[in-house]
Amino acid sequence: MTTLPAAVRQESYLAEGRTIRSWLLSVDHKRIAILYLVAITGLFVIGGFAAMLIRVHLLTPQGALVSKEEYNRLFTLHGTTMVWFFLIPSIPTVLGNFLLPLMVGARDLAFPRLNLASWYVFVAGGCVAMAAMFAGGVDTGWTFYTPYSTRFASPAVVLLLLGIFIAGFSSIFTGLNFIVTTHTMRVPGLTWLRLPLFVWSLYATSLVLVLATPVLAIVLVLLGVERLWGVGIFDPALGGDPVLFQHLFWFYSHPAVYIMILPGMGVVSEIIPCFARRPIFGYRFVAMSSLAIAVLSFLVWGHHMFVSGQSIYASMAFSILSFLVAVPSAIKVFNWTFTLRKGTIRLRTPMLYALGFVGLFTIGGLTGLFVASLPVDVHVHDTYFIIAHFHYIMVGGAVMAYLGGMHFWWPKISGRMYPEGWGVFSAVLMFIGFNLTFFPQFILGYEGMPRRYATYPAEFQVLNVLSTAGASILGVAYVAPLVYFLWSLRSPPTAAPNPWGARGLEWQTTSPPPPENFVAPPIVADTPYDYDHPAPEDPTHG
Amino acid sequence: MADALLAPQFEDRAQQHESAALGMWVFLTSEVMLFGGLFTAYTIYRTLYPHDFAAASPRLYESIGATNTAILIVSSLTMALAVRAAPTGARRATTLWLSLTVLLGLAFLGFKALEYGLDYTEHLVPAVNFIPPPGADPGPAELFMVFYFIMTGLHAVHVTCGIAMIAGLAAASARRRPIERLANTIEMTGLYWHLVDMIWIFLFPLLYLVK
Ligand SMILES: [Cu+2]
Repeated sequence: MTTLPAAVRQESYLAEGRTIRSWLLSVDHKRIAILYLVAITGLFVIGGFAAMLIRVHLLTPQGALVSKEEYNRLFTLHGTTMVWFFLIPSIPTVLGNFLLPLMVGARDLAFPRLNLASWYVFVAGGCVAMAAMFAGGVDTGWTFYTPYSTRFASPAVVLLLLGIFIAGFSSIFTGLNFIVTTHTMRVPGLTWLRLPLFVWSLYATSLVLVLATPVLAIVLVLLGVERLWGVGIFDPALGGDPVLFQHLFWFYSHPAVYIMILPGMGVVSEIIPCFARRPIFGYRFVAMSSLAIAVLSFLVWGHHMFVSGQSIYASMAFSILSFLVAVPSAIKVFNWTFTLRKGTIRLRTPMLYALGFVGLFTIGGLTGLFVASLPVDVHVHDTYFIIAHFHYIMVGGAVMAYLGGMHFWWPKISGRMYPEGWGVFSAVLMFIGFNLTFFPQFILGYEGMPRRYATYPAEFQVLNVLSTAGASILGVAYVAPLVYFLWSLRSPPTAAPNPWGARGLEWQTTSPPPPENFVAPPIVADTPYDYDHPAPEDPTHG
Repeated sequence: MADALLAPQFEDRAQQHESAALGMWVFLTSEVMLFGGLFTAYTIYRTLYPHDFAAASPRLYESIGATNTAILIVSSLTMALAVRAAPTGARRATTLWLSLTVLLGLAFLGFKALEYGLDYTEHLVPAVNFIPPPGADPGPAELFMVFYFIMTGLHAVHVTCGIAMIAGLAAASARRRPIERLANTIEMTGLYWHLVDMIWIFLFPLLYLVK
């Protein structure tokens, strides 16, 4: 292990100032990443707590815990918080913010003040949204379908729309910053085809953020106007078209799925080569499939409206295009699998999360093909099958990747190692808990249990109890990393610059990095996956 | 060694300029998507209700709309002249062109406010005092006015932001701030102002000239 003299450690970005003010006014991308980490962890706890209450309520067919109205508010709180205030920002704003400048060998993002502004905007949006849900309570679900949301829902819905509208600007700021940074801030020698795949995935995600979020913003404005003034933008009684709302909403919200999953794919593309000690198989295919997914993501939104009275020809086109998205996704899965082949696999915590991601994402993706086909979707539409399908992508995929990335880069972020035994324990526990929670929901949905109901027929109880049991395990598996990450901060920052023997530029600087990231400009000679040749500082080679 | 005009994250001024320009273009792209969603919704309803939209549109004040179109086009010219003057160090010319742009922007807003007032007296404001035109279906005719107010209102918000930025630049130019530093910002603000102008050039025929 390489140890650095204490004098060097003094210069880490963490030692730059210890006051609250030095954090809240910092334009250092690494500190802003920590600010985001704190904010989204808090919001994840709120959204997760709502999920726990939902699962407890569903222990009995008549509902064990809350009234039907409260149940509706709970799933709205859960969905809205998790989608807009955890999943969409999670990997880009925490890991992306921290790593993108390091990975391209830059001192910071192109617009550091805009980056800090994006955090304040995000927090403001989060506060408004939470105020709406705790003060008034909203029961529309995260999708805000009209005419329910504009005619019948409580006035607090406008406040919630406002919160999401505000938070959208932070998405646009982040996406803009990442696009420009990737274009203009790369260190000499770092060509596009030498970029880490995580950077490629962030770039593709940023394109979606910048192009799709404004459409969400405008549809939220239209909803708010209709709700506040009772004019009929989407109200059929006044000449409006409720299906138009669905079109505009899903024009954002389907690409949003890829905002959530693409960065996770990038994280996994970094972890797997490192812990298989193999260069990534098919680098160009993995990189270009991120762009392909970003483009295709804009062409499939109509698959949410197969039963909404959309023309059958439109549905057929959207169905075919949805099948097409499976191609770049499968390219990634096959390339990850081939990277593992003949590798020297080390099953450390990040790798366990990455392998969990590949398996669960594959299940989520394949069941996506079920629901992309018209006849099957008519059967399972608005059932727990859909819930299970997208939780396999969102939780089994995006959250697993986020936690895998947090473990992988925790030494770089904090300068501390997490306890490996606890890491392995919680990763395995999460995999078990996740499957126990959501696999029964595939069966429930296929057998006809509809989503968003507070009660269900008695014959579904066994599977629901299993699902709730799984959710409790999952809950423990989420709390564990939170505890041991915080616990690891008690010891001094002694992590090596490159504890995993990885090849990316971020490992060429100290852990944690100095404020300016690199003392001397890093040198780029190859892609960051040159695992065929031992690096001098590689701890696995003597 | 240290370049006072160079932000610390950049290596040189070329990189800084390239980043600012690309950043502005990306921002403008997202602005186009913002208005694009509105234009799409408007187009769909106009296709659904061609008769009612054609009945509702002539009640707008075409003369005010046309005057405002001319004002914005001229303001784009004055802005372009400011962008051209700034890098040459022509401080007085820069200040003059920027100030003219601000005045034209304010004139646009003034006419717009006047027009909203007239719309109110003519009972054209949805949810407040709307009376449909004779022979038109009240729902779709009101829908037309809803889109008119949302689209021109959102555009006016953009004009207001632009005026604030350009006024700040004019003040900075008058206060003898280093003109090279301003030139970059003036160029980027110019891009924004031209987009705001372009959006109006689409809005005017879409709303005022429906036949
Ligand atoms: Cu979708």
